[in-house]
Amino acid sequence: MNVATDVAPIIALVGNPNCGKTALFNALTGSRQKVANYPGVTVEKKTGRLVTPGGRTISVVDLPGTYSLRARSPDEEITRDVVLGKLAGESAPDLIVCVGDSSNLRLALRLALELKRVGRPVMLALNMMDIARKRGIEIDKVKLARELGVPVVESVAVRRGGTDTLLREIDRLLVNLPMAGSADWRAPDAGELRSSQREADRILRAVVKSAGERDRGTAAADAVLLHPAAGLVILLAILFVMFQAVFAWARPLMDLIQDGFGWLGTGVDASPLPELLKSFLKDGLISGVGSVIVFLPQIVILFFFILVLEDLGYMARAAFLMDRIMGGAGLHGRAFIPLLSSFACAIPGIMATRVIDNRRDRLTTILVAPLMTCSARIPVYTLIIGAFIPDRELWGFVGLQGLVMFGLYATGILGALLVSFVVKRLIWRDTPGEPFMLELPDYKLPRVRSLAIGLWTRATMFLKRAGTTIASMMVLIWLLASFPQPPEGATGPAISYSLAAMIGSALQPITAPLGFNWQINVALIPGMAAREVAVGALGTIYAIDGAEDAADKIGQAIAGQWSLATALALLAWYVFAPQCASTLAVIRRETGGWKWMWVTFAYMLGLAYAAALLTNQIARALGAG
Amino acid sequence: MNRKPTIALGNAHVGFRGRIHALSVNDSHTGLPEHELERRLIELGFVEGASVELLHEGLFGGDPIAVRIADTTIALRRREAMAVLVNAEGAP
Repeated sequence: MNVATDVAPIIALVGNPNCGKTALFNALTGSRQKVANYPGVTVEKKTGRLVTPGGRTISVVDLPGTYSLRARSPDEEITRDVVLGKLAGESAPDLIVCVGDSSNLRLALRLALELKRVGRPVMLALNMMDIARKRGIEIDKVKLARELGVPVVESVAVRRGGTDTLLREIDRLLVNLPMAGSADWRAPDAGELRSSQREADRILRAVVKSAGERDRGTAAADAVLLHPAAGLVILLAILFVMFQAVFAWARPLMDLIQDGFGWLGTGVDASPLPELLKSFLKDGLISGVGSVIVFLPQIVILFFFILVLEDLGYMARAAFLMDRIMGGAGLHGRAFIPLLSSFACAIPGIMATRVIDNRRDRLTTILVAPLMTCSARIPVYTLIIGAFIPDRELWGFVGLQGLVMFGLYATGILGALLVSFVVKRLIWRDTPGEPFMLELPDYKLPRVRSLAIGLWTRATMFLKRAGTTIASMMVLIWLLASFPQPPEGATGPAISYSLAAMIGSALQPITAPLGFNWQINVALIPGMAAREVAVGALGTIYAIDGAEDAADKIGQAIAGQWSLATALALLAWYVFAPQCASTLAVIRRETGGWKWMWVTFAYMLGLAYAAALLTNQIARALGAG
Repeated sequence: MNRKPTIALGNAHVGFRGRIHALSVNDSHTGLPEHELERRLIELGFVEGASVELLHEGLFGGDPIAVRIADTTIALRRREAMAVLVNAEGAP
């Protein structure tokens, strides 16, 4: 098969959603995995290399979960095209490993039968065999292999050594790759699907011995978690705890990071470097990058919640509970997962809209995803809330600051529901909705290792961004804020002679009704690169603005210089503003054109301006000016 | 054989148990072409003869529903479930 010996054989993992395929991929490749994009599309391409027990280097590809090669979404198209070897620039897999959940093989067997028709070597991995055994399910592997006509092995992704048999079988197969069948795959029609499912059912009856009972834990949990009323209350409670945790648990770690950067700054101050270089290091780099990295604990906590809920199998339940409510606003139940991911970052959220097959449902979701409060807004919210909202307890257990935070999240959500409602009812009035069909997997305890890999990937992504995009923006801001330098004998603060001040003043007439001063205007500009940069930029601006001791206490600086009305207006602005160039870029890429990107930009800018204007004017009228 | 009433899964209630009698996608009011809905239902395991149990329903209008099809739990809306005709499995 492989003429060139330096090319590692490609093993593709294909399976139903929730079959534990990604856990298997993690177990096989560990931290040696690479996440990139397929050329021209934004479906994540996850590959990893490993050396088999037989000393062979192989490349493993984790493909998006699917029930059929008859692709209905961009994700599933990738799976189909990779499996069929039709994707430009990608070689076809040398071996397809169909991964099936051993306690739920029915749909996996049908997929395996379909994969046989691709004309490439196929094998079946009975994954999560440990769970199946515990539930008293017995599978006759020899008979299954004979009936199916492909090799069958067990795998337990979450146990050390649980992939040994799989790897040995891969080794054995790669020596002399057998063809599973003739290459005659084409999209099956209903009749063919039906007969292949019947065939799968027949095999299942012949090889699997099972009590046929539901997983008891899942049944008991669902009795509560999917209860029409209690389920919704629990869902809201989970979301509330999540946001309180992001705000409260992260505090000690954030203080530690802040102290670390403060210590670095003091070190630079004490060094014998020239003044201008000192200012660059301390006010530009250290305070800028530091004020962003300080939010790493919050981002990790948020992703921790999202990953745990996903691994538990709760996300599908949340979609079930929310379908009708979201449907009322014109959103598809499946939009719940992309929108929830958007709380971490709109970019993965928008990319996750691929699970919505219908283009209009998908567009609506993409349009409103940036209104979900992403983690990059947290730094801005935290800063302003910390400076202006008193740290008090309400009713003895709810922090006022956390409550305001929750309010900001709620405003974003309401805004999103409103926008989608308007879009659906006014623009796309006459199209019937896409069906909502979703498997509710059995609950599974999340695995520490899998969680750790997920959190590690997210954290390094954030740090990489802080180290590159954000650091370079901070340098640019420092340049803008430091040059031109004040003339000899100038009396005002140095920054008021800089380019930054000129830009800020030029924007003054537009933002004055919102209560924004020129410092805010300046900070909003680099905030376009990434929302959280605005915090660092404010730090840079105010640090240079004569208030040296406020460098690491931006909060104190703004608390002294802004009115409450201004602070609230800025919060309102941040709920809606299209303050993120990368999100806009992803929208353009995902919708295949500039149109929807500009639509998003325009409507969000309009909403942001209106919200900030209203907030400022009302707050002033109430005496907060 | 005794006569078992055939109803649409979309009209069933929590606790319903039975078997799939047929898929009838002709007059469903969904956003999908008929053959597409049929294929999707089959891909999720809705084939004639499979056992069905209605496990959960949503708060508003009892929609959507979660049904056990053989060994899999699938959530879907009642509108689509109207295309699945089922026989109740009652006392013999």
